[in-house]
This record gives sequence, C-alpha cells and structure tokens, in this order.
Amino acid sequence: MDKRVNRLENLCAKGVGTLKKLILVVLSVLLMAAAPAAGVQVVNIYNWADYLPEDVIRDFERETGIRVVYNVFSNNEELHARLRAGASGYDLIFPSDYMVEVLIEEGLLQPIPREAIPNIAHIDQRFLSLPADPENKYAVPYLWGTTGIGVNTRYVTEEVDSWDVLWDPKYRGRIAMLNDAREVFAVALKRLGYSLNSRDLAELQAARDLLIQQKPLVLTYDSDNTKNLLVSEEVWLAHGYSGDVLMAAEENPNIVYVVPKEGGSMWMDMMAIPRTARNVEGALKLIDFLLRPDISARLSEAIWYPSPNRTSWELTSPEIMEDPSIHPPAEVLDKLEWLEDLGDLAPVVDRLWTEVKAD
Amino acid sequence: MRHRGLRWAAGLYVALIFLFLYLPIVVLVVFSFNKSRLNAVWTGFTFDWYRQLWTDFAIWRATGNSLIVGVASAVISTAIGTMAAFALHRYSFRGKAAFESFLQLPIVIPEIVMGVSLLAFYALIDMPLGIQTVTIAHVAFNISFVAVIVRARLYAFDFTLEEAAMDLGANRRQTFFRVTLPLIAPGVAAGFLIALTLSLDDFIIAFFTAGPGATTLPMQVYSMMRFGVTPKVNALSTLILAVVIVIGVVGQFLLRARAQKEAGGRAA
Amino acid sequence: MATSQTLARERALDTSDVMRRKLYGAHLLLLPAYLWLGLFFLFPLLIIVYYSVSQAGGAGFTLEHYARLWDPLYGRILWRSFWLAVLTTAITIVLAYPFAYALARAPRRWRMFLLMLSVIPFWTNFLIRTYAWMVILRSNGLVNSVLASLGLIERPLSLLYTPGAVLLGLVYGFLPFMILPIYASIDRLEPSLLEAASDLGARPRQTFWRVTLPLTAPGIAAGVLLVFVPVLGMFVIPDLMGGAKVTLVGNLIQNQFLSARNWEFGSAASVVLMALVVIGLRIYKRFFRLEGVF
Repeated sequence: MDKRVNRLENLCAKGVGTLKKLILVVLSVLLMAAAPAAGVQVVNIYNWADYLPEDVIRDFERETGIRVVYNVFSNNEELHARLRAGASGYDLIFPSDYMVEVLIEEGLLQPIPREAIPNIAHIDQRFLSLPADPENKYAVPYLWGTTGIGVNTRYVTEEVDSWDVLWDPKYRGRIAMLNDAREVFAVALKRLGYSLNSRDLAELQAARDLLIQQKPLVLTYDSDNTKNLLVSEEVWLAHGYSGDVLMAAEENPNIVYVVPKEGGSMWMDMMAIPRTARNVEGALKLIDFLLRPDISARLSEAIWYPSPNRTSWELTSPEIMEDPSIHPPAEVLDKLEWLEDLGDLAPVVDRLWTEVKAD
Repeated sequence: MRHRGLRWAAGLYVALIFLFLYLPIVVLVVFSFNKSRLNAVWTGFTFDWYRQLWTDFAIWRATGNSLIVGVASAVISTAIGTMAAFALHRYSFRGKAAFESFLQLPIVIPEIVMGVSLLAFYALIDMPLGIQTVTIAHVAFNISFVAVIVRARLYAFDFTLEEAAMDLGANRRQTFFRVTLPLIAPGVAAGFLIALTLSLDDFIIAFFTAGPGATTLPMQVYSMMRFGVTPKVNALSTLILAVVIVIGVVGQFLLRARAQKEAGGRAA
Repeated sequence: MATSQTLARERALDTSDVMRRKLYGAHLLLLPAYLWLGLFFLFPLLIIVYYSVSQAGGAGFTLEHYARLWDPLYGRILWRSFWLAVLTTAITIVLAYPFAYALARAPRRWRMFLLMLSVIPFWTNFLIRTYAWMVILRSNGLVNSVLASLGLIERPLSLLYTPGAVLLGLVYGFLPFMILPIYASIDRLEPSLLEAASDLGARPRQTFWRVTLPLTAPGIAAGVLLVFVPVLGMFVIPDLMGGAKVTLVGNLIQNQFLSARNWEFGSAASVVLMALVVIGLRIYKRFFRLEGVF
C-alpha cells in the first residue's frame, strides 16, 4: 500500500510538472497559430463549407500572393447573429440575398466601390438590382438557385407541376417540407395565388391555416437533410432547394427537380464585406477574381449551381447550361420571386410559424 | 450459487447497454466505406474517403483545434470545478446557497444564449477572437458540470479519514495526496471525462466564440450539411475512435503488467 | 480508541481562529471559480438581462417581452418540454443505474477502461451519430430490413419521426451523463455495509432499497441535474429524430436569436427559463433533502 501511494505521489508531482510544460507548449502553439506569418497578406472568408473549390482558391493565392483562410458557417441566421453580436475579423462573407437585406439595414456591411470590381459588368441584368440591394452597393452576386419540389418518380408516377401535390393525402408521411418559416409560407401563399412577400395579415393567416391542414401529411420539416431524405426514399416529395435536389438526383436517378407552375422563390448567394473587415483590399481583389467569367464557369461546373455571370455561360458545359433544373428557361424564371425581408412583420410571421409547429 | 447467477446477469446487462451505445457507432464506421457521398444509403465499398481525408487540410486543422480546446478546457475546468466542489462540500458560508444556484446556471442556460452573450461580451471588451475565446467559453460551462459530479462523490466522503491521517502525523500535503485524492479520484476522472466529451461535441458555443482560423470539428461538420456531410467525416471519426480505443487497450495491458509484477514481487 | 478521543478533544477546542482560517480556505478554493464565472458568465448573463428589458431596436426600457410570455401558447411549449425532460430522465436512470453499479463492482483494473468505453462513442461527431440512428430506424433502415427478412412484419414499422424516436435519441445522448455521476457515487459503497445489512437479517431487496439506494442517491440526484436540465433546452435531437413537427423551449429560444431576429424576446424567454429551473431545483433539493449534493 505504501509503495503504491508513494508512486501515486510521485506521479502527481511529475504530473504537475508535465502539466506546466504542456500548458507552455499549448500556449506557444496557440500564439503561433494566432499570429499570421510575417509579410503574407491574409484574407479571411466566411462561407458555407465546400462552396468555393480548392483549386480556385489556389489559383487566386498564386496570382495575388494573398493567403485565403476559409472559415465556415452553417446557415445565414447564424452568420447574422455572429456579426450582430460583434464578431470581427472576416473580410469577405457569403450571405444569401434575404440576409444581405437585413445586414444592410443593421449597418453591418460596408459599401463596395464599383471601380474596384470591373468584372461585375459580366453579371446578367436579371441578377442585378435585387430587392435586397437594388444598386448593388453592398453585395455582389455569387451563385443562385431556386426552391421547388424534389420528386421520386418511382413512387410518384403522375406528372407533378403544382404545389398542390404536397397536400395530396395519397402521399401522407412521404412529404418533407423545409424548416424555414419564409420558404414554407411562400409555398402556401403561392398556392393561394398570393405573392410570397405578402404583407397582408389575412393572406398570411390563410396561409397558416393551409399549412396546419397539411401538417399531418408531413413526415418532417428539415432544411438540411433534403438530399438524405430523397436518396433514402424515406420521402417521395420534398420541398427543397434546387442544389440539394440535384445532388440527390445524382445519387438516385429516380429523383427529378420540379419548379411548380404557380412559381416559387429564387435565392442568390452573394459576396459582401463586413464593416469590421481588416483586409478590404484583399477582399475586393477576391470578389473581382470570382467575377471573372472563366472562374465563374469553374464554380458552376464544380458545384452544379447556376452562375449569374452571363459571359461565363459560353464557357460552361452544355450539360449544366441545358439542364432546366439548373438553368430554368425564361418562362419559368418570370414566375419566380426573390424573398424580401418583411421588416416589422417578421415577428408576426414567426408567431404564425410557431403556431403551425406548436399545433 | 446465487452470486454467480447475479454476476452473469450483470455481465449480460452491461453487454446489452454497450450494444446500445455502440450500435450507431458500428453503422457509422461501416458507412465510412460507403461509395455514396451522402450518409444515407449504402451503395458500395470504397477506401476513397480515407484517401481524401489524408489531403483535407481543413478537417485536420479543425480536429487539432477541437483537441486543443477539449483537453485544455477539460483540464482547467476539472481543476477549478474540483476545488469549488471541495469548498462547497466542506464549508458553509454566507451566500453559499446563492452561489450554489448560480453554479447551476451554466447547466441551465440554452447554449445559443451563452454563445451570443459571450460573443457580445468579448466584443464589448474588445477581446480578439480565436481559439482562446472558445476555450474560455468551454471552461465556463464545464466548471459547473465537474463541480456537480465531484460533489456527488464527496457527499459520501468520510472526512474523519483525513483527520485520522493528520492525527497519525501526516501533514496537509501528504494527507491530500495519500488519502483524499485517491479516494475522490473516480469522481474527478468522471468529471474530466464529461468535460472533455462536452467540449468535443459542442457546436453552438464554439461557433459563436471562435475566431477566424479557429474552426473546431463540430463547426466544420455542421457547415458541411449544405453540400453533404460526406463519409469523410465518418472516416475521421473511425480513425479517432480507433486511436482512442488502442490507447485504452494499451493502457490496460500496461496496468495489468504492472499489477502482475507487483503481485509477483510481493510473493517473492 | 486513542484516535477518536483525540478527535473529540480537537473538535471541542475548535477556536474561532481555526474557524476563520477554515473559511479563508473556502474562499481561496472558490476564487478561480468566482473569477472565471464572474467574468465569463456573469457579465454575459447581465448582457442578456439587459436585452430582455430593452425595446426591440435597443431604444429604451420595457417589460413587454416578459408580458408576451404569458401567452398559453408558450405555456404549452414549456409543458411539453418539461414532460419530455421528465421521461428522458426517468428512462435514463433506470438504464444507467444497473450499468453504473455493475461497472463500479467490476474488477478494479477494468473500471476506468470500461468507463472510458462507455463515453468514447460520444467523441464521434454528433451529426453522423444521429444520421446513423436514422439509418437504423427509418422505414427501409436496419431494424425494418432485419424484421422484414425474418418475416416478422409485413409493412415497415414507422420508427423514425415519432415521439418514441425522440426519446430514444435523447436517452442515448444523455446516458453517459447519468452513468458517470452514479458511478462516481457507487464507488464509495462499502461492501461491509451490505454484509452488515444481510447479517442483521435483511433480504437482498430490502438491502437494496434501504441501504444501497439511499447511499447512492447523491449520484442519482447529480445525474438528474445533468440530464433533466439540459434536455429541457434541447431541440436538435427532437427536430432530427422527430421531424421538427413540435416546438420545444429550445426551438423557441433558438429561433428568436436566429430566424426571428428578436434577441430581446429570446433573452426574456431565457431569463424566465433559467429562473424557473433554479427555483424548481431549490424546491427539489428541499423536498428530497438533498442539501450538500449540489
């Protein structure tokens, strides 16, 4: 007993010594990690993971000598909450259009001087002057997409062209909706023939009632796992983002993407510079780089999202350009709306959404 | 006779619970060899993800960050939490009940509330964000968890043993290391394990308090949800699991070897 | 015995000087906790309280957010979360106790190893762990495939996206939080006490209920704190495994900080939640006479 206790004591003493050494090592590693290498310019980007291909980053680094540090967030709301709470150090962020509107309103972005980004001339008219930032003063288009229905044609043999199918009791328990108040309300509003940016309380309440009606048919409300749900065939009809459904279609050829005839929402991921950015010059260089048609084409090819860059379309493979799920024809595009921020009506919609969920 | 039956039943029960605990882990490991990039359906066998993992700098950096934050915050919070548990157990002082209630708050507080408020606080005092701000945050909530576990252990602790030891001539340091520490060790170890586990798995608080370049593993994985949480993550988890289990098994053998040597030595 | 006499004499001679020295020790031990939590928890908490009484947009003082919480809608949400937490805790106790007991009674050499083994699954990533459960439980998943191939069922059982799945996910996720504290307290249980009980004529069941359980109660109480309270604010697992069809307290608060962008209301809700839990815990402590446990 005595020898064991002695050994324990020695172990503890040695342990404390090692601990002190460990702390010193950890601190020095942390300090080294925190301090950037002397002389190398760094640009910190804040983006979705896998949304900017490695090879494009390497090319930028090689051309400009600026190092890119890739930081990630998992949704727009979290991005906003961080910036609003005071997070700083990010030079270039990639918010979606509806979030850009909020960020501008809250004064969290700084204006982008047009002269610094000449390549913006390549962007197609349709994708400029979004309601979020009509003069493109604060944000520049990156990639865009639509929201529609992912259909598993093996189980849903009828032709799907309307949001109505998501209310069809035949598919009870095989329907998934996005877990996003605005997107889900957009579906109900469009089905009722209203604008998805409606501010009319009666229309919103009608939409809520329609959604409560639908709820028993819905298996799950999920914005992040649409692909999994479709591919595993757990769900046959999924309200989802174009990119997600297309990724599922790649894995399961039974799956197709449909934009309903009533129309739906369009969304645009954009590039913006936070007010607290440290390397504005580097951020501007990166924005202009990403606006180059050849680079834009590469983005589209790698991620399978349509690019708003008109000149890049000639450089993009026909496989992507001719796929109506990726590049919808003009007639379809005309029926789609950008989601606008509802401002002071936001808490109302949130409350209605809570009512749908809490039922 | 009855005893042997009971031990049998106990062993079976433990095995069943381990089966429950490891069932999803087995699935997770199997899926690390899945051809499909989605963690949904099995489409075929491949080593590709392990190959890709080798060159994915971002994910290794995130793993490293998580380990640094995890170990550092677990060590610090275990130390602070154990000391706090001791103080609360032994002494009674004015405001003790209030402090006890305050100590429960980090367990109650919704993670996002803690994340946002701490970030706002950091911004207020102009503290630069980085890996240190995450570690600080993790220590802040872990202290309470450790304190609760260690206190539960101390509750049955017989302080007369300490007094007896001192009576027999041991000084405070000897008493602590030879009597107190060995007896509360399981509690401290349990507290450390909980703190480490909580830190490694935390997403929300790390997300809000981390600075550029300080992405932790959960942050990296969550952000992969948009384009698919590929089996690369499964491969990484499998590797981590394998390493930890190997370390554990090796540790066990070393312990057994030492015990056998001791037994042999004593017999001789 | 000489020792106990010495102890008794010592205690009798306890001067106020000794007592003062002892209390000084208390505050010294607590100093790191005071500093760390005071700086990195109390201040942020005050920021939250400040938000909770600010008008949206930060204009002035208001109690409207607290008033808004009086709505029965939020009461329903809280009630649902409460029951989910109670059920989860109860099931976790039943599952964890025998396991922790068996572990604490295992050969000394194996204890730490087995304990680590029960925690290691939670060092894998949470998201893929939950995905794995979905692969197991969904309608064409592992369980259903096995049952179907054995001919036991004709149509797949709907296991996922049900309240049962939510409970399963929560119990799974929080089991170690019950195992560890119970283990920590059982280790102290002296076999001699159990022998003494049986010597005095107690049957095994009596020994358990009257000796073992009361002595390990602190471990259970600690486990209840570490499971019940966090589960109250949990929503990720219920959303993933339950289909996000139900709003829980966690969803409500998270939404306010993210999609609803109403930090003021979210802060008020958080303050109310924290107050309710702290008060509830005080009552729980008093009722079960658990002073000194946590």
